[in-house]
Amino acid sequence: MTEPLLDVSNVSLGFRGENGFAHILDGVSLTVKSGEIMGLVGESGCGKTTLARSVLGVLPRNSLEVMGGAVRFQNTDMLDPAYADLQQRIRGSRITFVPQDPFTSFNPVFTIGEQIDDLMKWKSPRRDWNAVSSTPTLLQRYPRSRRAIDREAVIAMLNSVQLPQPARLLQKYPHEVSGGQRQRLMIAMALLPEPELIIADEPTTALDVTIQAQILGLLRRLANERGVAVLLATHDLGAAYEICDRITVMYAGQDVETAPVASFFNVPAHPYTNKLLASVPGLKGEMSGIPGDLPNFYSPPPGCRFAPRCERAQLACEVRPAQTETAADHMVCCFHPVVDHAAAGLVPSGKGQTS
Amino acid sequence: MTGPILSVRDLTCRFPIRGAFGREIGQIRALDGVSFDLAQGEILGLVGESGCGKSTLGKAIIGIQKPNEGQVVFEGRDIAGKSPREAKEQRSRLQYAYQDPGASLDPRWRIARSLEEPLIIHASLSARERSRKVADILDAVGLPASHLQLYPHELSGGQQRRVGLARILMLKPKVVILDEPTAGLDVSVQATVLTLFRDLQKKFHLTYTFISHDLSVVRAMCNRVAVMYLGRIVEIGVTEDIFAAPQHPYTQSLLAAIPQINGPRVTENFWLKGEPPDASNLPKGCRFQGRCPHVAEICRAQDPVLAVHGEAIASHESACHFAGTVTPPVPK
Repeated sequence: MTEPLLDVSNVSLGFRGENGFAHILDGVSLTVKSGEIMGLVGESGCGKTTLARSVLGVLPRNSLEVMGGAVRFQNTDMLDPAYADLQQRIRGSRITFVPQDPFTSFNPVFTIGEQIDDLMKWKSPRRDWNAVSSTPTLLQRYPRSRRAIDREAVIAMLNSVQLPQPARLLQKYPHEVSGGQRQRLMIAMALLPEPELIIADEPTTALDVTIQAQILGLLRRLANERGVAVLLATHDLGAAYEICDRITVMYAGQDVETAPVASFFNVPAHPYTNKLLASVPGLKGEMSGIPGDLPNFYSPPPGCRFAPRCERAQLACEVRPAQTETAADHMVCCFHPVVDHAAAGLVPSGKGQTS
Repeated sequence: MTGPILSVRDLTCRFPIRGAFGREIGQIRALDGVSFDLAQGEILGLVGESGCGKSTLGKAIIGIQKPNEGQVVFEGRDIAGKSPREAKEQRSRLQYAYQDPGASLDPRWRIARSLEEPLIIHASLSARERSRKVADILDAVGLPASHLQLYPHELSGGQQRRVGLARILMLKPKVVILDEPTAGLDVSVQATVLTLFRDLQKKFHLTYTFISHDLSVVRAMCNRVAVMYLGRIVEIGVTEDIFAAPQHPYTQSLLAAIPQINGPRVTENFWLKGEPPDASNLPKGCRFQGRCPHVAEICRAQDPVLAVHGEAIASHESACHFAGTVTPPVPK
């Protein structure tokens, strides 16, 4: 068994604010193996973004309270402030980030080329981390020899994300390119430091469906070619189906089910996963929502947080169920998982399929 | 067979691009000769990528956006470009549900006041009758009466949509234009909101125009679908026909781009490249020529018109020189 690239184990954290303590992540565990695409699926407010940010180590320190667990990226704990130096080295060069909104992620007053240069100056894989310099960090210059090599790498990367005329594009301002192109640039910038893990937080939510298909295809192809692992946070089950190898579902700050993609869509075990899949509009317009609302994070229900909306919930659900394995690699956190789909009136396979 | 309840004829909307000193240096043709009929009781879906003119069409019908040319005939009267006073009577029965109801409700007004406002403007009812009506409609959209005393920010996204819908239903509309009614909602909430739309349609005998970019939602909800591309309708027909046998290459690409759970993966063999061209600088001939896999000489010279092609039934029209003869490229 090889060591996973990223190991999130039993993380509990929250934020203290004016209204008290908001307990956002409650015992989340998840692993990402080297080179795989892991989907992190859940509805808004389920803690996807918080988890993604905790992996990057960029949660706001002043209000953050970690109650337990660890986010280990190759033996470096990204939550422990004691390793701030190491974390800074990992962030942006070994773990990179593709944001949700390509429209606000560029600085509008600099050209795209200047912004990519800035990235490469600090995060280029060719940067010599051990070089000792007497000048303060912010005054350090971008070594000319490295700049030329980096520029070639940038042009090659822009070509591989299928952007036309890369040299001219670098002289443009962000408003001069379309949303799809900006997202391609974001993916290029995430790949340029030659990372081991890319965190993509809803990378296609702001894009049209035809552009989404192009961008997802690109992400999958480049990640596979370069052996980069991707943690794809999304609320779109279709997008997750398209490119993921494994999927973890989160609900209200707890991971509820983890499974390989085929097993996930064919035999979903957790009641929440089943209801989520049933909410996707089917061929004949059949769909059923989930009644009720997300629990309040200031006073969450004890144990399983889905229990108040779950028809299978019993007294035992007041304790958080441990992960159990229902099939190979298929982990579920539930005392009453859905085993017989036909008996439960749920036939998830084939949903949304055209004839 | 009665006539259509709403009919749109050659609606055109252009936005000027202004340079220095307000000089007009170009035009964006947001709508370019759009025509369709809406029958009583149907749900017509309007789909297309962002920037194709879906919302402009909705706004031009309702009178928020003044069209440059064309007609909008509602209940036998042309209301296109009429002033609010001239068309007030008709427009109270023609309603528009905004994309983001959270932003369209006044943040400083309680829900009760927002719901009552249309009645004060358009109806002459006593205060007691008004509050009874508000309570009735609120019940119909599935919200408890206690919500009347809340402010918009205290409601969740799904609840805000219900309030937006309640506000529209106040005046007993005939036609409702729903602009991206499920954008930004989670699938579990989306399903409950869509079910509500269906129930209300039956209960209040409504006719919907359903603007959306989400094809799976449109397929689940609509009787007919119109596909728009850069200000034109490129294909219109009954939902089943469009989804089973799309004729226009753009519709074919759009349908192929929807991820299908447990189906073949789109990302492995998606053929449509690039993005829509700049709406201010459209090519001569067919608008889709730059991205179309079947482009030929005639497409660059001649603009195709919306018509029935080949073996398609009379209600299924498309705007392509090769409609009905082209099929999507075979996956490799």
